[in-house]
Amino acid sequence: MSGDMDWSGRWNHIKRLLERTGPFAHPDFEPSSEILGFMQDSCKILVIGAGGLGCELLKDLALMGFRDIHVIDMDTIDVSNLNRQFLFRPKDVGSPKADVAATFVNARVPGCKVTAHYAKIQDYDEPFYSGFHILVCGLDSIVARRWINGMLIGLLRYEDGQLDQSSIIPLVDGGTEGFKGNARVVLPGMTACVECTLDLYPPQINFPLCTIAHTPRLPEHCIEYVRILLWPKEEPFGAGVGIDGDDPKHINWILQKSQDRAEEYNIIGITYRLTQGVVKRIIPAVASTNAVIAAACATEVFKLASSCCQPLNNYMNFNDTEGVYTYTFEAQKREDCLLCSNAPQTLTFTESDKLQDVITFLIESNTYQMKSPGITTSAHGKNKTLYMQTVKSIEERTRENLKKTLKELGLRSGQELYVADVTTPSAVTFTLNLASHMEMGADSENTVAN
Amino acid sequence: MAETKGSGLDKNNKYDRQLRLWGDHGQSALEAARVCLINATATGTEILKNVILPGIGSFTIVDGHKVRGEDVGNNFFLLADSIGKSRAQVATELLGELNDDVTGNFVEESVETLLESNPDYFSTFSVVVAINLHEKALLQLGGVLWEKNIPLLVCRCYGFIGYLRLAVREHTIVESHPDSALEDLRLDRPFPGLQTFCDSLNMETMTKKEHGHTPWLVLLYKYVQEWKKTHDGQIPKNYKEKNMLKEMIRKGIRQNEEGVPELEENFDEAVTHVNSALVTTRIPSEVQALFDDPCCTNINSESKTFWILCRALHDFVHNEGNGDLPLRGTIPDMTSDSERYIQLQNVYREQAATDMTAIRNRVHALLQSLGRPCGAVSDNEIKTFCRNAAFLRLVRCRSLAEEYGTNTVNKDELNMHLESEEGDDLLFYILLRGVDRFYDEYNRYPGRDNSDVEPDIPKLKTCLTKLLHDWGLSGTVKEDYIHEMCRYGASEVHSIASYMGGVVAQEVIKILTTQFVPINNTYVYNGFLQTSTTVQL
Repeated sequence: MSGDMDWSGRWNHIKRLLERTGPFAHPDFEPSSEILGFMQDSCKILVIGAGGLGCELLKDLALMGFRDIHVIDMDTIDVSNLNRQFLFRPKDVGSPKADVAATFVNARVPGCKVTAHYAKIQDYDEPFYSGFHILVCGLDSIVARRWINGMLIGLLRYEDGQLDQSSIIPLVDGGTEGFKGNARVVLPGMTACVECTLDLYPPQINFPLCTIAHTPRLPEHCIEYVRILLWPKEEPFGAGVGIDGDDPKHINWILQKSQDRAEEYNIIGITYRLTQGVVKRIIPAVASTNAVIAAACATEVFKLASSCCQPLNNYMNFNDTEGVYTYTFEAQKREDCLLCSNAPQTLTFTESDKLQDVITFLIESNTYQMKSPGITTSAHGKNKTLYMQTVKSIEERTRENLKKTLKELGLRSGQELYVADVTTPSAVTFTLNLASHMEMGADSENTVAN
Repeated sequence: MAETKGSGLDKNNKYDRQLRLWGDHGQSALEAARVCLINATATGTEILKNVILPGIGSFTIVDGHKVRGEDVGNNFFLLADSIGKSRAQVATELLGELNDDVTGNFVEESVETLLESNPDYFSTFSVVVAINLHEKALLQLGGVLWEKNIPLLVCRCYGFIGYLRLAVREHTIVESHPDSALEDLRLDRPFPGLQTFCDSLNMETMTKKEHGHTPWLVLLYKYVQEWKKTHDGQIPKNYKEKNMLKEMIRKGIRQNEEGVPELEENFDEAVTHVNSALVTTRIPSEVQALFDDPCCTNINSESKTFWILCRALHDFVHNEGNGDLPLRGTIPDMTSDSERYIQLQNVYREQAATDMTAIRNRVHALLQSLGRPCGAVSDNEIKTFCRNAAFLRLVRCRSLAEEYGTNTVNKDELNMHLESEEGDDLLFYILLRGVDRFYDEYNRYPGRDNSDVEPDIPKLKTCLTKLLHDWGLSGTVKEDYIHEMCRYGASEVHSIASYMGGVVAQEVIKILTTQFVPINNTYVYNGFLQTSTTVQL
């Protein structure tokens, strides 16, 4: 099948890397004219995201010889994408990114077959993901990254405590922000995973509520006041109508009200651009950074698929604000990683701590950084939901548990707690270590008081 | 700026994500730019893609080649049915589709021919990007552009390697946008307005709310004043002294009836900021170098605006500034009630405005002395210059002629990399020069065919030996690197071309917007290690 699409010389450039070896090639590499064939006919790649990085990735992979490429993206095209998402044209605004991107690449690169999925990553499960040889992500969300990471780790098979290497699906992950970016290679179960390195992601800036409500000083405080406090109170576009950051009418209303508040406090500097930026949490973006990071990722996918070279080990940072700066290092796998280690996870609390304290800890802890954890346990052979936010009826029913102490909830030391969260596709098991308060020493790691 | 153009789209919206990086004025500079690309290889078209998308005014492709099968294989902007046609023409068409606001042209001629027939051709461009030029044409082009003061970017992708060279005579930057910059707070030498404001606040008589909401800047001022009384007018200088000051501050936290300290976040912030805020205000070395530069000391009728502003800045520092740059005028956010924060902010803004006025007067005086109108430099320009006074930067590259000249080659730098024990990315620069020598001798690149790879290794080695000898160097390039270079066979791998496409495009944008700092002057990217290095050659 690969042969008939090709004109003479089409793959000359790539072949030089695949049909010759050299001292810097992977030790297992055997140059051959069949590797390209394998890549074209058998290798299945999944690209996650069809935005700034995704468009670049699809182009790069197609021109590096891959033919069976799937792409997932849940978004539609916006005008503000057009400065970098080059597979889209003004006429495509409003259409699903995955569809338009796939169509463009398939037309431009003969033989390449990109399959589009206009969907969320959570819409698919193990059978879907396990069908790919390599995953490459161009996501704009840490939560989504953790979810995919968790999915791939969940696919790992262990036999007698040994990792079955054939169950490893490499994950190449790229991220950009303005003129900064990073590319990394994760070999689930073997190298540092996304969860191992959560501390590499800077925390999101959220202004304290008391500042927003009582002592605004910056224009941003005024905008957040309108977004968080005034809008829900006044419901300017109807009851239950939330803020649509893409609707100029909504932004203009927020702009106006922000300016009123700013005037009250003698604060200057509110503009439309600033308002939209704060409301939508806009991250600046340009074509060049996306091109760089996607290309680095594509190079890694190529290396992993062909073995023509050792893959990146395992994290590269990029910044071209001043000159062009890269820094490459090996991120360490955590021996107690929540997801990729088999180390038992413990939660240590006293009997008088409340369930709310456990939830708060899971959210605020640097190690776990969960978003809205739900906890269940096993009691008398039956599953018991202690608290779950994600389903309204269950939330209402279990809300009262938050105020109860762990003792009141009947929990014992050694009991297993199953924690589910948006950051991982399957629940994580923790063992509860319940101390009476006199036993709490300075060396307890998982204490609430930090 | 909400005009619509070709596409009928609101440009504010389309370019929103990038306007947040370089502003409307940066965008205007891009839209006035004319970019020339020589050779529409994959590397070339990727570079253009990344400057067309953000909206440069126009691009022109100079390329005499016809499209070949292998070109289409690695280039997104060529089609299979364009084989045999003009590469310049096809690429221009397909690239033009990326942005209706951008005009595209092409010239189906080799740069060698153009340089012969019409060297002035290049003088209308804002920047020129050249891909895969042979040494002779490169140096000729380099000479022409150097003469005309037009920035040149030379780029090449070879196997897993990417190479970029910037050749610009003098590039001055006001808005360098440093990633992390110290605040300009002047706690070591508080200006009168700051003193008056802080002195007017009495911590003892404040209510509980006021006490806990007094900005840390004011707190630090007061405690430093206390400290200075018993330390000869000096601010805390070392770790020990700063810790002592922190203790003093902590003691200032009010206690409740039981003697338990209240929660006063402003005091915690004051302690946290002792290290970063209590620095000696000084002129950054880059700015001092600008002051010492002949372009600043000798202002004349040819002087660029940047240097006139520099001179005014210098003169301010030595007069009204009392040794300091104009106050930047911004303060970070901090726990405070709104009213006093705004008052404090205004104290800084007013002093900054005063400083700016003094500099403005000096700028006007200088302009007048040169017979230029005062309007030649706008107030906005002066304001931006003052606000960025600590971040001014200058890039002056060596010319290509200097880099390639046997008497002027940067021997020391090259030698350092040759002698490095472990691998060194810069060796690939030397290898690129080496393969060009190989080409001159054998009319092809090493390792063109699979059967060439092994036999070409010693041949390339010989070329390198001669090259190093010409440079007056005695070392050798490690055999592994020579072998790897032969392995590549001058292939242009798309992912490497795309990486460099991003890097080079951003350098072009830095040159055009005069924001952010370009490289000086050679960048080598190693795709098999994902490392890179920058050197001045």
